[in-house]
Amino acid sequence: MNPVRQVTGRALPLDRRDVDTDQIIPSDWLKRIERTGYGAGLFEAWRADPAFVLNDARFRGAKILVAGANFGCGSSREHAAWALADWGFGAIIAPSFADIFRSNGLGIGLVLAELPELDVAQLLAAVEADPTLEISVSVEAREVTVAALRYSAPFPLADSWQARLLAGQDEIELSLTHVDSIAAYESRRSSWLPTLS
Amino acid sequence: MTTGRPLAEKVWEAHVVHRAAGGPDLLYVDLHLVHEVTSPQAFEGLRLAGRRVRRPELTVATMDHNTPTVADRAIADPDSARQIATLAHNCAAFGIRLFPMGDPGQGIVHVIGPQLGLTQPGMVIVCGDSHTSTHGAFGAIAFGIGTSDVEHVLATQTIARPRPKTMAVSLDGPAPADVTAKDLILGIIARIGVHGGIGHLVEYGGEAIRALSMEGRMTVCNMSIEAGARAGMIAPDAVTFAYLEGRPHAPTGAAWERALDHWRGLPTDADARYDREVRIDARLLRPYVTWGTNPAQSVAIDDRVPDPETLADDASRDSARRALAYMDLRPGTAMRDIAVDTVFLGSCTNGRIEDFRAAAAVLRGRRVRRGIRALAVPGSMAVKAQAEAEGLDRIFRDAGFEWRIAGCSMCLGMNDDVAKSGERIASTSNRNFEGRQGPGARTHLVSPAVAAATAIAGHFAAPADLS
Repeated sequence: MNPVRQVTGRALPLDRRDVDTDQIIPSDWLKRIERTGYGAGLFEAWRADPAFVLNDARFRGAKILVAGANFGCGSSREHAAWALADWGFGAIIAPSFADIFRSNGLGIGLVLAELPELDVAQLLAAVEADPTLEISVSVEAREVTVAALRYSAPFPLADSWQARLLAGQDEIELSLTHVDSIAAYESRRSSWLPTLS
Repeated sequence: MTTGRPLAEKVWEAHVVHRAAGGPDLLYVDLHLVHEVTSPQAFEGLRLAGRRVRRPELTVATMDHNTPTVADRAIADPDSARQIATLAHNCAAFGIRLFPMGDPGQGIVHVIGPQLGLTQPGMVIVCGDSHTSTHGAFGAIAFGIGTSDVEHVLATQTIARPRPKTMAVSLDGPAPADVTAKDLILGIIARIGVHGGIGHLVEYGGEAIRALSMEGRMTVCNMSIEAGARAGMIAPDAVTFAYLEGRPHAPTGAAWERALDHWRGLPTDADARYDREVRIDARLLRPYVTWGTNPAQSVAIDDRVPDPETLADDASRDSARRALAYMDLRPGTAMRDIAVDTVFLGSCTNGRIEDFRAAAAVLRGRRVRRGIRALAVPGSMAVKAQAEAEGLDRIFRDAGFEWRIAGCSMCLGMNDDVAKSGERIASTSNRNFEGRQGPGARTHLVSPAVAAATAIAGHFAAPADLS
């Protein structure tokens, strides 16, 4: 994961709630064994509609996705986070994120900013009215700011996630610093627990 | 004075390897289930970093999503074939036990774990698949993870997660006789919503849950993720122990007794508190059919397609309008008046032996309505063998069902079992998302009993509707 301090840029408004990962990347794309190249499949079915916001030239090059509540619900496919990042999004703002999507997204360095529903509704309206509006999502300050609107609001981000995003830290490396605790835990596991050997 | 603890907290605390302020808990993983779709990039990551699998003997793999459900059929799609071959290669290279295509132990990952006795109370179980919540039926904490986390578990046998909140969902009173486990969970999701469980480990309890078999409890826990829950759990009891005893990986002899002692201490203490509690009167539940494009959008089979304009808030109205347009349904249409093209019986939600028994009881001596394509896809090769030993396959075939071999099949259409655009399906699976069973396909979630009756009637029907 590359370090990320802040994502600043124009936004794309996706005014729908409960956007599921089957929509973000359909299962046909899950047959691939690579980690890259999923942007081409992002919202594949919805993109077939010329009126879909991803086809709207005014929002081309947007770095921030603003969406409805429960974004990324459904399947655990990390391919959904890969597709969003591959398309060019660096941050997503929504009233809430599904739990598995949250760990998948943050884990690859997608900054997920949870803001109150009313704030998100206002941001959606503001971006729709002015596609050039610049939004900034700061990992360092744990804050979303829109200078043109004099808007600034904090979003929740655990200290550990903030540190990992800022350092671009590999979680496996981090967990392996606790390898002695892992081994100690293993030595006291109950002997009846199943094994496949 | 010490306060009692909920089941979820007991299991969680027993697995903490490392805890630090401001960070997630590092939890030990007792069982890691692996399948072909979400693992290739994880194994590749291990290779690139020069890492090994820490505990291959706590890891088990199967092929399920891409596998053909027609016996002896080769995989036509080169991408699917490559993914299947990659899993076989990775399991051989890293020393992981694999149940490959053609093996009598092969099946959907969430069907074979319990069947082998690998899923036990009090464990932490993960898999790169959101329906891992199924295993919570045994009183385990079981949840889906992404591919980077699959790599993390392979390398460390641990998973980092923030401490969850706890939530109790109690189904009070007996459910009506025609209400199945699938209807219980569809009823729960309709009430708490597809986001209602976010951040929570949900424990299901109450008379209607305790009355369920292990198969029924797995159906309920399976769809916890459709309510957004981090996991779903049911306290282990005599039903759990009876299911486990004698299974290949269940403890035996003195070890069985020690395990039982431990398991009996897991249920939630009488004075324990949950962060949130929901009570539902099970006597009011009905057999449900979904009308929309998320699993909370359902009505009783006796009911009608709702009018979006009568819904409470803007977001629900907008979501319902969009769903009805996709599903090509008009408000006010009686569910029983909706004709289907296809019936799919199977999946990790409803692909167990009891599901096939329930459907067979409806199908016996009857014929599938002309023009309807009906698929019966056992969740595992062992379920298939058991059904055949009971003569159920004959009932399905005689009724006009295609009797297939095990796999995820039309639940998500990663193999050849893909629905066509516009095709309307009564499906016992777990997700009615747009395009889930094929681009443009229209999915209605139902129980096995309603699926079978619908296949006979040609439109949504309950078994009692059939003459």
